[in-house]
Formats: sequence, C-alpha cells, structure tokens
Amino acid sequence: MPVVSEQLDNFFNEKMKEYPTRRSFLVPMLLYTQDELGYLSPDAISYLAQKTGLPEIEIRNVISYYSMLTMKPRGKFNVQVCTNISCMLRGGEEIFQHCKQQLGIGHKQTTADKVFTLEEVECIGACSWAPAMQVNYDFHENLTPAKVDKILESYEKKAAQ
Amino acid sequence: MAELVSHPDEKKVVSARFGKGAANIDRYLELDGYKAVQKAIALGPDGIVNEMKTSSLRGRGGAGFPTGMKWSFVPKESAKPKYVLCNGDESEPGTCKDRLILEHDPHAVIEGVMIAALSIGAKTGFIYIRGEYRYLVNIMRKAIADAYAKGFLGKNIFGSGVDLDVHWHTGAGAYEVGEESALMESLEGKRGIPRIRPPFPAVVGLWGGPTVINNVETLASVPHVIFGGGQWYADLGTPKNGGTRLFCLSGHVSKPGVYELPLGYPLRKMIYEVAGGIPNGQKLKAVVPGGSSTPMLKADEIDLPMDFDSCAKAGTFLGSGGVVVLDDTTCMVKFAQRVIKFYQHESCGWCIPCREGTDWLKKTLTRFHAGGGLKKDIDNIQYLAENMLGRTFCPLGDAAAMPIISIVKKWRNEFEDHLEGRPCPYGEKTAEQLLPVLSR
Repeated sequence: MPVVSEQLDNFFNEKMKEYPTRRSFLVPMLLYTQDELGYLSPDAISYLAQKTGLPEIEIRNVISYYSMLTMKPRGKFNVQVCTNISCMLRGGEEIFQHCKQQLGIGHKQTTADKVFTLEEVECIGACSWAPAMQVNYDFHENLTPAKVDKILESYEKKAAQ
Repeated sequence: MAELVSHPDEKKVVSARFGKGAANIDRYLELDGYKAVQKAIALGPDGIVNEMKTSSLRGRGGAGFPTGMKWSFVPKESAKPKYVLCNGDESEPGTCKDRLILEHDPHAVIEGVMIAALSIGAKTGFIYIRGEYRYLVNIMRKAIADAYAKGFLGKNIFGSGVDLDVHWHTGAGAYEVGEESALMESLEGKRGIPRIRPPFPAVVGLWGGPTVINNVETLASVPHVIFGGGQWYADLGTPKNGGTRLFCLSGHVSKPGVYELPLGYPLRKMIYEVAGGIPNGQKLKAVVPGGSSTPMLKADEIDLPMDFDSCAKAGTFLGSGGVVVLDDTTCMVKFAQRVIKFYQHESCGWCIPCREGTDWLKKTLTRFHAGGGLKKDIDNIQYLAENMLGRTFCPLGDAAAMPIISIVKKWRNEFEDHLEGRPCPYGEKTAEQLLPVLSR
C-alpha cells in the first residue's frame, strides 16, 4: 500500500514513464511525497525504495544531499528567511532575528503548537526584491519587520481554520 | 509575483513578452510564438548552428561559452539517445532572472529546447527547475501540456517528420546542481555529485548519451536569434558578445530590479542611472559583477563595459548577470564571511580542497570578524583560497575562492582594522538603521 494518496502515486507512475531508468524521477518524488506527508517518514522511504527498486539506504543517501528534504516532522508552515548577500545588504539578517523573536524559536526549530518552523536559508532567487522569505512555497518580498508580522499573523489564522 | 521594472536604455528581447500574459499559449502565438521553431525546421540542423554561431550568443548561466559552438560539439551519429537539458536551477546569489522568464515566457523556453533538439538531433528535452520555484514548475507543467494539446510537441512536430518530447523536472534544494554534471546526476535521481571531465556532456551526458545543457535565459534567447536572424542579434551587443541579457540589480541601489540591457553596457551607468544610484546619500564601495562567485570590483573599477571579454580583461567575470552593489557602510570582512558561509553550506564534500577549504575559510573569517583575528590569518585566508583554485571536479571550489581572494587583495585594510580584538568598525546594524532602505 502506498503511503501517499492514490492520486500522487498515479502521478508518479505516469511521470516515471518519461525516463529511461526507474530511479530518475526520485528527487521530485521525494519532494512531492514530503509535501503530502509533511516529512519523509520511514514508511515514505520504504515506499520510494520499492518504487525505484533501490535499497532504503540509497534513498536516505539522496535525501541527505538536498536541503529542502527532511526526515523530521516540521510545522505546518515553514518560514524560510534568506540572509544571503543581496538580502543581507537590505536587512535580511534583521528580518531573521525578528522572526526568531516573534516565533520564539531558532533556526530549524518548530513552535510548540506545530504551526511554524523557522529556517535561515540560502539564496531563493529574490535578490532584486530583497529582503525576502518563503513560507512553504509562497514568496514574500521587500520585507519590513511590520510586514513580517502581518504575514505571520495571516498564516496563524490559516492554521486555526 | 515579483514586480517588473523598466528603464529607457533597456532593449527588450528576452523580456519582450514580460507582463503580456504570454504564459498563455494563445497569447504566446499572437506574440510570434512557435514561429522560430518552424523557421528552424526549414533551416535544418546545420543552418540552425550557423545562425547560432553568427549571433555570438554566449551562455547566460555564468560561464559564457558560445552556444552555437557547444551545440556543434555533439556528434551527428550516436548509438545512445541524445538529450537537451535546460538548466533552471538558478541559485547563484544575486541572480533572479530565470525566475522571471519561467513566469512570464515559459513557452520561449520550450521553443528554445525544441530548436536545440532539432539542431543536435535529440528526441527528448528536459526542463529542470529548482525545487523552491514550485509556482514556476506549475506554470511550466501547464505550458508543456498546452504545447502537447496543440500538437507542437509529440509526434511529427509541425509536419517535419521529427518526434520530439519535452518534460519538466524539479530539484529539491541544492546550489551545486546548477553545475552541469551535478545537474545530470540529479536528473538521474542521484546526489548531485559532479562528474570528472572529459568526457564532456556533449559526448557523454545524460544516461551516457550526448547532451546539450543550456541555461534558461540562453534557451529563451534562441527563438529570438532564429526568428530575428543571427546577425541582427549579434549587432545588439559587442563583438563576440552578441545580444542583450538580463541584469539583476540588487543591494544598495535605489531602484533594484531585473533590467535587459545590451552586452557592453557600462557598469557605472547601470548602477547610477538604470538602478538609480546609491540610496541614503552613501557612497559606492564595491560591486559583485556577476553573482557571488565572481571576483569583486572596487568603486574605481566600474568604468567597465559589461560583456564577457571586458570583464575577463578586468580580472573578473560577467557571470550570471547578478550585479550586487555595496555602499560604504558595508564591512567587507563580514561580507566575505557571509559569502563563504554559503559555499561551505553548499559544498557537497566530494573534493577535499573544496570541502576543507570552505570550512576552514568560514571558521577563520567568522572568528576574524568577531574580533579574534590574527595578522597571519590574513595571508592564510588568501593562501587557503588560492589553493582551492582548479583543484576540484566542479567549479564550486573556484566559485568559493575567487570572491574571497579579491576581497583580501582589495580590502586588506579592512581586515587590519579588525585586528587586536577591535570590534567591527562598521558595527552590527539594527533594523532601525536599515529602515531607510527597508521602507523604500
């Protein structure tokens, strides 16, 4: 039994046909599986090992290379603040500090209510609209501390729904 | 999503369809979409390569290799299938241009992949987009599906007798995968560990088959080259540096944004006129000319035409088009520390000079900036960085070392200012101090 939805499993089966080897679509499969489950659980790893015909240790080996992939549960919303050069020059580090204070957590930590995880990340390709962050896949740009407060509030409301 | 800017000096070619709804295939067709690929079919493989060579289009990912020449390296006969791979793993700090192309003109990328495939005789193309750009993956998925629905992809495209498939793929967070051999590893479902070269991808690439790998902007420029003609495109730029490119202006400038300018456009004008100069009455201190891996320029080195050859003459690179501007309140030691922190994070650990070099440089620069620096550290930093150059499988080691070497050489005085436990003369800025910039 796949640990992911039937819809996602079918999607994987279709995409895998586009490649000459069974493991080729592994990296996107890891990411989409994580999106559905919240993290790459041991069950998810054995599911993808079966799907690709690879040993589980090889799946873990691939996971450990990619910074977006995690084998630990995270909060519902992953707040990823960029502090790389273009963001740093426009206050990215201060935005990260501000997030730490507002959420009461540090880098790669999760709030007690499991709503937010905070992460300091490398360049997300928003250099001309710095400072910037991503909450899950949503970009938030030209940030100020006040703007960050509003953004975090809106996600908190979403989580309560 | 990301806002668009404009300036009268811009020459919009690859950005001509930005803000015009061209992600919609019918709108793209109204704006001359999929005409270039039909012209390419008529030109034939050699005709395409000739136009590309005439255009002197050079790779927009960073290395600046002539695109037509790259395509011509692919052997005509091959026992294994050939592939075209579009590199959309944009992650060089300071670079945010491919994002706009993928958002506003995804079909131009598809069309570029198709033309490249026709020229080398590939039947399959892949468009690899970094994992963080999920909204762009979704835009590309729809664009590809729409192209199939219209019959532009699949069997017998435009009645040419050629079958051609284009697929999308996504990463999951890795700067190094933007390097061509690591990109192929990632597409094959592996860790993005670089491959030794030779053999080069043009001969042994994806799954062992000959492969052409080009950046998103390069491939999105291809339909314009074919449609407008190689000579027309070449004439937009400077000799051997054809066309226009997207420059991503960021950092301490009044009007940051992505601007399309002809190659050879003066850097000084780019900073002071196009990007509106330095805000808050500050003065210019330094410029990153083409993404964080390129050697940095001092304020008196900016009378520079921004093309590949002029940048090389000035001891740096045009790189990825990421121009990052630093004002005189910036601490160069701190900046070096942030740059190396990034490369230390992204080093895959495969090659020892890169794995150990980035780690030691990060440790030394962090200690140095915190006031624990020794005089001999300054030479050690330079020595360590210089010993990374050219000693790794992929250019990540060079990319980490080059900016550090330039900072130590050009701003040695700032390192000396941090010695003997003195606090950073530039201090740590508070959000309030940065507010004039933040609330622009």
